[in-house]
Amino acid sequence: MKTLEKVIQSCISNGEKAFVPYIMAGDGGLNVLNERLLFLQELGVTAIEIGIPFSDPVADGETIQQAGERALANGTTLRKVLDTLADRSDKVTVPLVIMTYLNPVLAFGIKEFVERCVGVGVRGLIIPDLPMEESGMLGEALVDVDVALIPLVSLTSPEDRIAEIVSRAQGFVYAVTVNGITGVRNSYSETLEAHLERLKKLSPVPVLAGFGISTSTQVVELGAHTDGVIVGSAIVDAFHRDDLDLIAELVQQATSHIIL
Amino acid sequence: MVIEMRKGRYGKFGGQYVPETLMTALTELEQAYEEAKADPSFQEELDHYLRDFVGRENPLYFAERLTKLAGGAKIFLKREDLNHTGAHKINNSLGQALLAMRMGKRKIVAETGAGQHGVATATACALFGLECVVFMGKEDIRRQELNVFRMELLGTKVVSVDKGAGTLKDAVNEALRYWVANVEDTHYILGSALGPHPFPEIVRDFQRVIGVETRRQIVEKEGRLPDAVVACIGGGSNAIGMFHPFVDDADVALYGVEAAGSGVATGKHAAAIADGKEGVLHGAYMYVLQDADGFIQEAHSISAGLDYPAVGPEHCHLHDIGRVTYTAVTDAEALEGLQVLAKTEGIIPALESAHAVKFAVDLASTMSSDKIVVVCLSGRGDKDMQTVREALGGGTR
Ligand SMILES: Cc1ncc(COP(=O)(O)O)c(C=O)c1O
Repeated sequence: MKTLEKVIQSCISNGEKAFVPYIMAGDGGLNVLNERLLFLQELGVTAIEIGIPFSDPVADGETIQQAGERALANGTTLRKVLDTLADRSDKVTVPLVIMTYLNPVLAFGIKEFVERCVGVGVRGLIIPDLPMEESGMLGEALVDVDVALIPLVSLTSPEDRIAEIVSRAQGFVYAVTVNGITGVRNSYSETLEAHLERLKKLSPVPVLAGFGISTSTQVVELGAHTDGVIVGSAIVDAFHRDDLDLIAELVQQATSHIIL
Repeated sequence: MVIEMRKGRYGKFGGQYVPETLMTALTELEQAYEEAKADPSFQEELDHYLRDFVGRENPLYFAERLTKLAGGAKIFLKREDLNHTGAHKINNSLGQALLAMRMGKRKIVAETGAGQHGVATATACALFGLECVVFMGKEDIRRQELNVFRMELLGTKVVSVDKGAGTLKDAVNEALRYWVANVEDTHYILGSALGPHPFPEIVRDFQRVIGVETRRQIVEKEGRLPDAVVACIGGGSNAIGMFHPFVDDADVALYGVEAAGSGVATGKHAAAIADGKEGVLHGAYMYVLQDADGFIQEAHSISAGLDYPAVGPEHCHLHDIGRVTYTAVTDAEALEGLQVLAKTEGIIPALESAHAVKFAVDLASTMSSDKIVVVCLSGRGDKDMQTVREALGGGTR
């Protein structure tokens, strides 16, 4: 079992739910990245998803698109993010997951990229434009290393497809909770709960819900049907406004509420 | 690099690099398309609209004065510009609109660059009573104001995209985001031979009518196949539709003309085969203009319809195996091609097509008078009059 899954499993066996914040690397400058990791770790998050900015982020809504544009304007690249992570202090022990679109990985070279992730201690990868059918090469490069390829499952995925996706899953399964892109939402579809419950039944690895989760109420609601949640836009927005108290509040409320 | 030998691949190019939310829609589309292909009544219905609504078949016209001017091979023009709505785009929009209805979808989303695909799709939606939203870059809205008005008259909602450079790539991004959010009741009518499988195949098949007619017409007129066939390349739909029926004819040379903008060496161009690297954009593995970090670069062309930083996967493969020769023509040269055709033949081509015209004239001039060159005149120039007037400083040279 890869480290990422172990960490989430141990969280679950302690009767807790996983809480994974998403941050945009390079938003506010790459020099604040490692501080932010430590800050989040001290709040007690389970793992951290680090977004790599991209020129054409088709899976992202306004908040993350704009954060990405700010990061690109700062000259942030996948390579520079990995270099920055390599310099983090030993105090940062929380598992790090990189979320990037595929093309920067291809430009890096799959083999070189995986080697670099291993070297830097990245524990998971989320690639939103890499469905199961196309993930062969990267999947093979990850077989023998401690980096999990985290698949996404959507509301539109039929049951036999879900079964196939989760059977190959490592780390956790990312349950996309809306048909749409990232960003704050007020409501979810009525079928979501049933979908999440079915997914949890099928999946041999933990199931975390993400996309559109921004309030502690939503965290509690969705946490009830999964093994934990991923919160993106709300965290990105709070960091941008430098509202660290809000982040602390969200994480604390969330983690305290979702303890069973 | 990423070589998964599966369906939807042209050599190593193509594939389905899309968010999971879209995978089911792509599978459904593929199934619906396979069924439609096997159903003669589908093709009959499409043929009916192509004939009575679009005005097909359109002529293959011998451009006598242009031929004289070039002083070499005979030049024939395939007159896609005479189609209803003024370009080849309607062939695909009608086909996909019929396909959408077969799937029970009555809402359509599309992107547009020059506005020709947007107008064609808006037209098909008006014809069948479908609801339509078109995403268009802000810069393109400026360049193609009249096409925006046409779409609105046809009952389509045009949404301005002000991200990035506000051109075709940005419009595709927004259309994809919209499709992800509305996938259950909406079909995406992609306008070129691009995107995830099965789009490149569907668009190619609906545009094949160009090459199929051309083949028949040139044999009728000249008793033989042409020596060379020329088409411009944005995403590659008019070109692949024209080329495909000739691909197995080794004696027919095929030329794809990319947009060289200010010149390939200046970096301000849209020539992805000339200057791009392999990568993934909008769901497919293709040649893409990108920097060393894998960020997609903006394309540059005077012609909004060619202003896209990649080329459809089948063209990438045809380039790799050497079956098609890809070249590039600059903004200035295209303007020249446009004026030459206007003055010698009384036909004002779209700026996109003017790229192909310019190259074809140069090519014909190097060939002997017993040779034949066919050019796909993909569209007419009405939409470009403002741009051309600005570029020529208000007058003609
Ligand atoms: C007249 C015309 N020709 C060519 C193109 C380029 O597209 P494609 O390469 O898909 O034919 C366009 C695109 O808008 C167009 O309007």
